[in-house]
Amino acid sequence: MRLQISTLILLTNYPTISGQHNHLSRSEHPSTGSGRSRRLLRQAQDASARSVCTNVGWLVLLTALLLAACAGAQVTPTEPGPRAIRLMSHDSFAASEDVIAEFEALHNARVEFLPSGDAGAALNQAILSKGNPLADVFFGVDNTFLSRALEHDIFEPYQSPALADIPDALELDAGHRLLPVDYGDVCMNYDQAWFAEHGVDPPANLEDLTRPAYKGLLVVENPATSSPGLAFMLATIGHFGEGGWLDFWAALRDNDVLVSSGWEDAYWGESTWAGGGDRPIVVSYATSPAAEVYFSEGAMEEPPTGNVLGSGACFRQIEFIGILAGTENRDLAEKLVDFLLSQRFQEDIPLQMFVFPAHEGASLPDFYRWAERPAQPAEVAADAIQANRETWINQWTETVLR
Amino acid sequence: MLLYALPLAFLAVFLFYPLLSILGVSLAPQGQIDLSPLGDLIGSGYYLRTIWFTTWQAALSTALTLALALPGAYVFARYEFRGKSVLRALTTIPFVLPTVVVAAAFSALLGPQGRVNLALMSLLGLDRPPLNLQHTLAIILIAHVFYNYTVVLRLVGGFWTNLNPRLEEAAAVLGAGRWRLFREVTLPLLTPAVAAAALLVFVFCFTSFGTVLLLGGPRFATIEVEIYYQTVSLLNLPMAAALSLVQILFTTTLIWLYTHLQAKTTVPLDLRPQASTQRRPRGWRARLVVGLSVGLMLLTLVTPLLALLDRSFATSTGYGLTYYRELGINRRGSILFVPPLEAIRNSLSFATVTVVLALALGTIAATLLAGERGGQDQRQAGRRGRTGPGGRFNVGRAVKGLRALLDPIFMLPLGVSAVTLGFGYIVALDEPPLNLRTSIWLTPLAHTLVALPFVVRTLLPALRGMNPRWREAAATLGAPPWRVWLEIDLPIVGRAMLVAAIFAFTISMGEFGATSLVARPERPTMPVAIGRFLGQPGALNQGQALAMSALLMLVCVVGFMSIERFRVGEVGEF
Repeated sequence: MRLQISTLILLTNYPTISGQHNHLSRSEHPSTGSGRSRRLLRQAQDASARSVCTNVGWLVLLTALLLAACAGAQVTPTEPGPRAIRLMSHDSFAASEDVIAEFEALHNARVEFLPSGDAGAALNQAILSKGNPLADVFFGVDNTFLSRALEHDIFEPYQSPALADIPDALELDAGHRLLPVDYGDVCMNYDQAWFAEHGVDPPANLEDLTRPAYKGLLVVENPATSSPGLAFMLATIGHFGEGGWLDFWAALRDNDVLVSSGWEDAYWGESTWAGGGDRPIVVSYATSPAAEVYFSEGAMEEPPTGNVLGSGACFRQIEFIGILAGTENRDLAEKLVDFLLSQRFQEDIPLQMFVFPAHEGASLPDFYRWAERPAQPAEVAADAIQANRETWINQWTETVLR
Repeated sequence: MLLYALPLAFLAVFLFYPLLSILGVSLAPQGQIDLSPLGDLIGSGYYLRTIWFTTWQAALSTALTLALALPGAYVFARYEFRGKSVLRALTTIPFVLPTVVVAAAFSALLGPQGRVNLALMSLLGLDRPPLNLQHTLAIILIAHVFYNYTVVLRLVGGFWTNLNPRLEEAAAVLGAGRWRLFREVTLPLLTPAVAAAALLVFVFCFTSFGTVLLLGGPRFATIEVEIYYQTVSLLNLPMAAALSLVQILFTTTLIWLYTHLQAKTTVPLDLRPQASTQRRPRGWRARLVVGLSVGLMLLTLVTPLLALLDRSFATSTGYGLTYYRELGINRRGSILFVPPLEAIRNSLSFATVTVVLALALGTIAATLLAGERGGQDQRQAGRRGRTGPGGRFNVGRAVKGLRALLDPIFMLPLGVSAVTLGFGYIVALDEPPLNLRTSIWLTPLAHTLVALPFVVRTLLPALRGMNPRWREAAATLGAPPWRVWLEIDLPIVGRAMLVAAIFAFTISMGEFGATSLVARPERPTMPVAIGRFLGQPGALNQGQALAMSALLMLVCVVGFMSIERFRVGEVGEF
């Protein structure tokens, strides 16, 4: 007979039920022992019938899902056609599909993308896989990580002809191991509506932030865990010098500055215009106001925020591309680097990544009239950043958080 | 026997090998092991304070979660009411939402411009928001309860469902008051499940990263946050490795303590199918209990989700489907664009593979750990040891010792830092045949690794509590061992297996584990898509992130309810 659990329970419990008047449990009355077993068997049979239907339905759903997944998983074909070239980057790398398709058609290639976390995490993975690289080309080293990247010697030099159109000021690596692709500025954004409503002038430079009028209005990111946070800290170091920057931060702390862990929770969590918070000044990017207009579903004619562009109040981040040492596709990698420095790709950058193209001749899209560039961004040498990063962050933490 | 080696082999390849590789690279860069970072760590007051904070916030979170979730587990175990499975599914949603989204949900509810503050300000006529929970310990604890409520609810609730209510009724007849009944009858019977749930919740809170980082802010740091900072920001691998080792040590010690205590409290139980233990609430007292419990659950767990949902429909022109429609439009022709169906398909594919693998490996592992005769095994082994002649090798005790050693090992994936393990994959899995660094298979395998402890922890109380007489009865009726397993073990642990499947599904959909931080070839899942939207400013991006989050919630609820309704023979009915 088919061993069903309900029957088995009955069998093993029968000795305890018989001879006992068990009034406690409503579901097991001794005098209807056989009626109960019949009921249980019937229930079990009904359950079996129901279970067949739901089981079949579940199996069909599962199979459909797996088939769909497998169908999608079929990688394009085994033709000896396009060569694969892999571009490793941070998670924010973006490009138009058309532009990439142009490159692929031109060189009979297939570009594979490998987003690898934030800029620091991606670079560290490239460093850890030195000698057996994860990709052919790496995009996303910025000037704060430049020295770390060069120190670990994971890139091959390549003097691209496209460098002719890139300003010398951006070429921080004389050895051409890392070539500049774009640049952006980390600046403070302020809420125009809030300042108009409260009748206060928006801050014009860094020193303003320590004035009582701006108490409790600023949110910054932790330089230990956030790239714009680090950039802003470096801006203060560049502007006030190593002797005075900590005093500035002590004054900011007294002025009730809020520190968040990353850009997302500062912008989406604490800002008055986007985050439902109570801070109208946020450390963000100089192109954020322009992006707000672009992504406003046409509701905005003007940006809701402005930039604090005073001398030394912003920090310029330059992003670089390099060919990873050990790549097996050096020729195609060179072509990809050339392409990323070409006017075609560079003109695509603003709309995709919301930074400025390094190419001098690249034209900017229309809504970039709202994208401002500071006249005098703060500067700190890449070597100094590499040498003092940990010290500075520790000092900052001591001053601001403890 | 060989089958038992499978989960161990899996752990060896995907946990120990990468872990040892990265520890080797970090602590022995030139071939010589240099443990001085450990010395620096122990000597530094800052790190000791961090370790202490990590421990007590995890303990407090666990205590709070248990206190709040046990009544819920009781209601779910003993009562049958409408909307039960939907409510249970909703409590599991927090697990799958990216931390950024949970932060947004709390902000929408409890932030300075959130619903609660706005309501309080208008009610009490205040001009500043009265409730300020930003970057406080309170919000970390609330978030931990929010996340982990479901672990206790499902694990303890599922186990409680099958406990025989007659024992409690017998105690009541013998004169025990309600409280005494709970303390002396119910609680001891529930101990295996409660302890398992407490352990999972504790380890989870101990290794908490996103919650502490985003909701707690920079003033709170757990060991995991420190490891992330040392590894990613500073590339200070030796210190990161030292911190990882300390974290592993702490969690392993705790797990070992737990296993040691558990062995003494496990008893075979008289399990009953849910049809006979659950009933509709009758009488005002039962209805009040159920109503209060459900109400509390809705208030604390569902309202943030509703706040999120509400925001996803709130466009600049009033309520509408703009953001949902925008999900399907690639306005900028970007390569980063993820069609929503593709994201759903990728998430579900990874989740399905994870569930199948985790259940298969977890069941084998749990069977190995539980022993042939459930709880009887340990007592009989002890008895044999006492009466056997001195000097003879005691197999029972050796086996018991081996099991005690293996139990913490199966829990280890939860105690290892995701950052460390992620980088371990980069270092270790770089050559054939394990050339998986950039393979799409790494993602479900990493998810399976994190799901394995949940599966094992869920199945063990059920397996250990099984009455061995049922197996023996089946055997005397002529069933071979595989049939005994198929028709006796499987249906009884079926409920636990469904709970375990839910956990595995949730962990995969929520992108837990080492792969969330390292390179992933282009197979974007829903949480990845949400993260992409939140990377750029603009109302459209925020709205789409919320819309995708709402879709994620929907897909998960459907997934949970499908798994719960899974019925094969008697599996799931019990």
